[in-house]
Amino acid sequence: MTPESECLLELASVGKHFGGVTALADVSLHIRRGEIYGLIGPNGAGKTTLFNVVTGLYQLDSGSFDFAGQRYTRCKPHLLAQAGIARTFQHIRLLANMSALENIMVGRHLRTRTGIWGALTRHAAARAEERDTVRRARELLEYVGIECAHQTLAKHLSYGEQRRLEIARALATEPKLLALDEPAAGMNATETVALKALLQKIRAGGITVLLIEHDVKLIMGLCDRVAVLDYGKKIAEGVPEEVRRDPAVIAAYLGGSGGGEA
Amino acid sequence: MEILLQQIINGLVQGSVYALVALGYTMVYGILGLINFAHGEVVMIGAMIAMTVLQALLTAALTPVLAVLLSLLAAMAVCMALGYSIERIAYRPLRNAPRLAPLITAIGVSIVLQNLAMMIWGREYHAFPLPFNSTSHQLGGAIVNDVQIAIVIIALLIMSTLMWLVHRTRMGRAMRAVSENPAAAALMGVDINRVISVTFMLGSALAAVAGFMVSANYGIVHYYMGFMLGLKAFTAAVLGGIGNLRGAMLGGVLLGLIESLGAGYIGDITGGFLGSNYQDVFAFFVLIAVLILRPSGLLGEKLAERA
Repeated sequence: MTPESECLLELASVGKHFGGVTALADVSLHIRRGEIYGLIGPNGAGKTTLFNVVTGLYQLDSGSFDFAGQRYTRCKPHLLAQAGIARTFQHIRLLANMSALENIMVGRHLRTRTGIWGALTRHAAARAEERDTVRRARELLEYVGIECAHQTLAKHLSYGEQRRLEIARALATEPKLLALDEPAAGMNATETVALKALLQKIRAGGITVLLIEHDVKLIMGLCDRVAVLDYGKKIAEGVPEEVRRDPAVIAAYLGGSGGGEA
Repeated sequence: MEILLQQIINGLVQGSVYALVALGYTMVYGILGLINFAHGEVVMIGAMIAMTVLQALLTAALTPVLAVLLSLLAAMAVCMALGYSIERIAYRPLRNAPRLAPLITAIGVSIVLQNLAMMIWGREYHAFPLPFNSTSHQLGGAIVNDVQIAIVIIALLIMSTLMWLVHRTRMGRAMRAVSENPAAAALMGVDINRVISVTFMLGSALAAVAGFMVSANYGIVHYYMGFMLGLKAFTAAVLGGIGNLRGAMLGGVLLGLIESLGAGYIGDITGGFLGSNYQDVFAFFVLIAVLILRPSGLLGEKLAERA
């Protein structure tokens, strides 16, 4: 086991079932602070389920996970966001009828305090906080490179911009761990290169990144370590080069028999 | 001509009240997809509390202005607590139940509140002890009194404050976020339950103000007054497009005008066959017409998505 300070997220024998279907079986893995950790696997392998478990959308059926030294078995999404896990979605879930700036400002919700009374009385602290929220949101738009879009409704942004906006909104929650569910899906080659640069910039800023991706080239070129899921089980884990040559992984992707045993 | 102006004034006054109550329906619908049929009873409880507190304060010889202000605040506070409790006790346990379950529960809550009010305040009509003589003014042949002017002005103030709150503040952003996509909002760190509670409390505070207004305008409070008012306001919310705040305000004012003009002219139109006591027919005629011709309401667009 890695020492506590080095390990940010640690899953211990996590299991999740839907009726008779086992989506995750006894998955254990740990993510170190400051690394980019990739999660790959064929369709239906349980990658997104794992995301939903660590972000509190699903309650796990067995096992537990530790995040930043705190153990969780069941927890509400907004409390995990508070603890420092932020995510984006495979199918973009922006607030379509709100502007790009407002989407990010919603992300600031848990790092700000003003309630109804503060808003109605408009005391100095409330006004300062609102100004600060707008300023931070603008900075984040600039950070992900869509500062020109701040007044545009999210639904009117291009696909690549929507992806970036989702990342900016996640960053607005000041996460320790940023979990990205297929951020490059549907992107062209240029957009993917830009995304890679953005993720490297985010990591350089001290945020640990957990990445689900189908684009193997992106994963291999970007991640420090990679885990492979197949039929809800972890079949391999290690640096990209190792994993690429792992026979179980090759079998899982190419459809060999018995490849799921690991 | 005098009748037209008079009915327009009456319609605006009544419409302001409908708008305030309709906002409560529409906010809850926007965020939960639930029609809170108990909302009309919250208006009634607000009126009852205001009446009781006002009576007590006036008996204690408080100055009229202070007494009115305090009784209004008391009604708002009680209604906010009531709105919070209704959601917490009756709706939250059914959050993931089929849509029919909370709807039936809402009707149940409505009956409980009516009967509770009947037990506390009795079946009789109470006079609303407004400590002012509301002066009447001539306005181009029509008559308008101070209370009516106050109702329209206060309603406008409250509605613009609400719009500002929803569109320009942190809590308002959270409300819009939850209404658009609860799961995404939660993952961005928004506490959904808290936002829902705040929504119910805001709507109930508006209901209390509306209850005070109706009672001050008609001078009468009754345990059954919330039922018809609630249905009319619901109609107004549907007319404007339920889930849409601007729609609720527009629908409220429009419904007030339709009703009032209808009541004013129905006698002439039918040659005296029907009188102004058929006023209520118009509201529900509008409801049926909207549901047939434009189910998403005047300003609504998201209904299909929601249903």
